[in-house]
Amino acid sequence: MTGDHQTLALLLFSVVIAVTLGITTWVSRNRHGSAEEFYAGGRLFSPMENGFAIAGDYMSAASFLGISGLIALFGYDGLLYSVGFLVAWLLVLFLVAELVRNCGRFTLADVVAARMKERPVRIASGTSSVTVSVLYLVAQMVGAGSLVALLLGRTGAAAQAWTVIGVGALMVIYVSLGGMRATTWIQIVKAVLLLGGTVVLTVLVLMRFHGDFDQLLLTAAERSGHGSAFLAPGLKYGGDWTARLDFISLGLALVLGTAGLPHILSRFYTVPTARAARRSVVWSIGLIGGFYLMTIVLGFGAAAIVGPEAVRTSNAAGNTAVPLLALDLGGGTDSTWGTVLFAIVAAIAFATILAVVAGITLASSASVAHDLYASLRRRRAEPYSEVAVARTAAVGIGALAIGLGLLARDLNVAFLVGLAFAVAASANLPVLLYSLFWRGFTTRGAVWAVYGGLVPALALVVLSPVVSGSPESLFPDVDFQYFPLQNPGLVSIPLGFVAGWLGTVTSAEPPDEAKHAEIEVRSLTGAGAV
Amino acid sequence: MQSSNGHPRGGEGGPESPDENHERIAPDHAGAPTVLPYDDPWYDELASGWGESDAGRLPAGSVPQARQEREDGARAMADVYLEVQRSAAFQEVRSRYRRFVVPAVAAFFAWYVAYVVTATTAPGFMAQPVAGAVNVAMLAGLGQFLTTFLLTWAYARHARLRRDRAALELRWDTQELTRGLGGGRS
Repeated sequence: MTGDHQTLALLLFSVVIAVTLGITTWVSRNRHGSAEEFYAGGRLFSPMENGFAIAGDYMSAASFLGISGLIALFGYDGLLYSVGFLVAWLLVLFLVAELVRNCGRFTLADVVAARMKERPVRIASGTSSVTVSVLYLVAQMVGAGSLVALLLGRTGAAAQAWTVIGVGALMVIYVSLGGMRATTWIQIVKAVLLLGGTVVLTVLVLMRFHGDFDQLLLTAAERSGHGSAFLAPGLKYGGDWTARLDFISLGLALVLGTAGLPHILSRFYTVPTARAARRSVVWSIGLIGGFYLMTIVLGFGAAAIVGPEAVRTSNAAGNTAVPLLALDLGGGTDSTWGTVLFAIVAAIAFATILAVVAGITLASSASVAHDLYASLRRRRAEPYSEVAVARTAAVGIGALAIGLGLLARDLNVAFLVGLAFAVAASANLPVLLYSLFWRGFTTRGAVWAVYGGLVPALALVVLSPVVSGSPESLFPDVDFQYFPLQNPGLVSIPLGFVAGWLGTVTSAEPPDEAKHAEIEVRSLTGAGAV
Repeated sequence: MQSSNGHPRGGEGGPESPDENHERIAPDHAGAPTVLPYDDPWYDELASGWGESDAGRLPAGSVPQARQEREDGARAMADVYLEVQRSAAFQEVRSRYRRFVVPAVAAFFAWYVAYVVTATTAPGFMAQPVAGAVNVAMLAGLGQFLTTFLLTWAYARHARLRRDRAALELRWDTQELTRGLGGGRS
């Protein structure tokens, strides 16, 4: 890649940073500093705005570049990922969005604490929410570092480190100064940019093949060197039974994890009613579904136009497939349009990363301030304002994410994302569903459900080949690998549900009928919703 | 309050009618103070200025009389929710919701798991060509997208036509009943 690309890309990166900082300043010009405003943006976003913001929160650079790259390299197996990411939204729409909007105020723990003894369940859900957020955040930071370094042609460790630090500093500024309102507008702008860029590229790919999708698939299969096997599952996850079980585990984590992601749940509080929450999910399903359909075209397009060999040469994981495709579609390396398209795609990917990390940081600072700080501070101590704690927490989480992001620099991004989803599905989903739908659920059940999913999920990762025992693992020199799968979901998600059930049936305290009646009436009617 | 527009308000005239309940409970507690803080997150929404001025949340129960009234208010509130939960109107809303959601979740989850398991365990079957370059796997994958869109549309339509109006009425009814009990929600 020549200097032209990088100059233009850097220029556009600066524009992205300037625009997002401008948004932050603009929306925070007359803020009041209330918790309602900081965590929920005043709850006055329209369903369409929130739908775009949810889509913006969800469509990370891992999907834009990662999934299309996987399709370009492995064909159909990349597509399996995107199906899981989309189908997960049905669970959110049917069981979670409206009910959570009606019952909670800012966080997941609000919903659970409404029925149970507040302190233990807040500490439990707060801990698991922060854990999930930090894992997801580290994944995005690692992705940002390698991606930006790659797009700018600087693969050195220093460039990567500075990118991680820069992204971390920016996200702390957005969140602690702008709160939910700035974060939401950044998500909306980013979603529009990302969808616009994807539409343009998709149209260009289809024009190249005169609108013939069949021809596109045939060309991709032919150039891949795998023939028709490229269009069927098995190239990446085909191997032995461990690899297959691993993929089933990942698929389960993807479809069940979305409903437990704290930064997705907190988005439902930014609209005034449950009906608006439902309509925003409908919007976001349309946008996300359309987006993943287009990434399929882009992935096969990259295989057909750029070719898997060129993609693999540039980046072994396939992350640069789409930028290379843009370069080619614009007219090649030396053409003006090729340079422009490449720089635009790079800037969109950068904006995507900034927006996603801002959303997660906000959600985790809400968990720290609203759940953990409020429960753990000494009763007699002078209480600091919750919003001030949340702003400080954003700085702390930013620093933590930068540190971990630098440590985990060489881990695979897709793996980290899958891990965050697995922990969310194991620790957050069981307690949420039990609280909303199970009459006999008790405080002990809630606490056990959280820890019973969280601890096994994390323990299984530590014992997995990711951490030790294989040449690619984090500590290749030692071997304490006792669990064969990389993704713990297949075991830890059922464990979370079983632990919640076990805790409930063994608890001495009888379930509170009145509280259950209250949560049921409130969740379905919206009576007394904030 | 919204007009009922013909949805079945089965509770009317029955012993569990929300309106009767209102008559029975409200006079006892109508005069209860409405700004007392509650530990429960639902109840402190009007404790004004939380956030910047958390100090507004006085240590609960510092005044014995206030605690007594608070407990009475909470008990009355619980009674209201139990009554509403048992009312036929609410049972109807709940069963409409469950009749759609339970089969829909079961169906999409089974379809998705079947898809993932087939893709990983029977790639030969998935590779069978159907037309041109399109094979079973491609059809199944696009089918997942299609069913997701269809179920989304069906759910939104069902909720809009069969649930929203009844739920809104129940919301106002319930808020009427709980007005002045504890949280001061009005």
